[in-house]
Amino acid sequence: MLYDGAKILTGLIIGVLFFIFPFLYDAGKPYKKPEPKLTEKAKKAGECVLSKQFMRTWHMQLLDEWRNDVVRKGIHYYRPREIAREMKLDKRLFDQLRHYISDGTRIYVPKSDKVYYMSLQNTCLDCHSNKKEFCDQCHNYLGVHPYCWNCHIAPEEK
Amino acid sequence: MNFLVGLIFSAIVAIVVLLVPWIGVGVLHLYTIFGIVVPYLAILIFLIGMILRVIDWGRSPVPFRIPTTAGQQWSFPWIKHSWIENPKDSKGVIVRMALEVLCFRSLFRNVRLEYRRIENLPKVAFEWEKWLWMAAIAFHYSFLVIFLRHFRFFTNPIPSFVKIIEKLDGFFQAGVLPIPGLTIPEVYITDLLLLAAVTYLLLRRLYIPQVRYVSLPSDYFPLFLILGIGTTGVLMRYFLRVDVTKVKELAFGLFKFHPHVPDGIGTIFFIHLFFVCTLIAYIPFSKICHMAGIFLSPTRNLSNNSRFKRHINPWDNKPAWEYPGMVHTYEEYEEEFRDVMIEAGIPVEKMPEKKEEEKPEQEQ
Repeated sequence: MLYDGAKILTGLIIGVLFFIFPFLYDAGKPYKKPEPKLTEKAKKAGECVLSKQFMRTWHMQLLDEWRNDVVRKGIHYYRPREIAREMKLDKRLFDQLRHYISDGTRIYVPKSDKVYYMSLQNTCLDCHSNKKEFCDQCHNYLGVHPYCWNCHIAPEEK
Repeated sequence: MNFLVGLIFSAIVAIVVLLVPWIGVGVLHLYTIFGIVVPYLAILIFLIGMILRVIDWGRSPVPFRIPTTAGQQWSFPWIKHSWIENPKDSKGVIVRMALEVLCFRSLFRNVRLEYRRIENLPKVAFEWEKWLWMAAIAFHYSFLVIFLRHFRFFTNPIPSFVKIIEKLDGFFQAGVLPIPGLTIPEVYITDLLLLAAVTYLLLRRLYIPQVRYVSLPSDYFPLFLILGIGTTGVLMRYFLRVDVTKVKELAFGLFKFHPHVPDGIGTIFFIHLFFVCTLIAYIPFSKICHMAGIFLSPTRNLSNNSRFKRHINPWDNKPAWEYPGMVHTYEEYEEEFRDVMIEAGIPVEKMPEKKEEEKPEQEQ
């Protein structure tokens, strides 16, 4: 027998509904995952600045680093292969540990000596010119609103 | 229990909780177990455990009003009635309960009793003590915000309230810091607040002798779990990073009953997830039950109406078998505690014969 059963059950139902909200919200709609599409140019290039997994996880840090290098230090070119090779042992170990825990990959050494001009609009968006099908796919999926576009001009799309 | 024993015991259990997923995923690659089985099990244990808990509480009769009030009871019209502190009807009870749940009023009332000598005269003073309340409120609201913020991983068109909370919480954009990229895209205030508040609550337990004396492993363990959750979460967001798109694919899949574990999610995520699962599965068996229990606190949810409404004990004048375990006669009580009572020198009605014979022998 429940004492004050009506009140207790009401509270209990509200509580349970609160916790199973993610199960109920938009129930019936199928599972969806984002499908970022590469442009023909990006497919042709074959590799990004660094490995695919690194770019998926860390592209915002890379862009931040680029911004600091360009705006504050006046450095304009990025040499990923040189950086990976000249990395000191302690930093290499630290980076490897970090990679191991964060995505299980190894430090990536690019195959070519390609040098990149550090610019979001001129370099990144040159290949990834399809913001809606590429950037926004994951950003909208995760509710992320990067403030890149506060200053930079998003590529024009049909 | 010695506080060191309790502290070390709960720390060891927390370290085991840390190591199990680390080895299980990092070495043995048991992705299905740690990514799908454990979360579903934890949610099930939490929901069923909490429902049984609350029903069990609801079945306990509260025959007496427990008014423990800090306010004047409703009586004559010329005596000012404190309608929130000493409510006579459900309106006051609702306000009192809301203040308790939302503002932690009883913690706010906390003062420190201090004995002093002023000009060589003894004096007892009530000192301002709001640190516990402040840490508690910072902790609980941060936890709520963080919990709601995580709904961005659980739902697909992300509900607007989650976006609003996220925007408010992340309005710090620290920009350039010694470590590049640390605060990208933004720093959540609640992350910092939660860790600071939990650390304070733990240190308080260890530092204040009276609180240390009453602390048990079941007090330290949830704090360690929450510290673990907070630390791994902060590591994942600001330092180590994980592929959040894949993390959402996993989490969203769980809530859409489409469970699968995508490749390329780091061990740190599974450590975080296992900490969370341990915590939510542990809730129904622990003090964290207060999330439901606060609504059933007799000292908060009963109006003080004993003087004008008769409350009858449900088992008064009823046969004892209708309320098994409710009637505990003095004979039964003495039967249960006789040895302890004799040891403490409390008079008993029935002296055991054996003891009387044994005692003189032992003394000799």
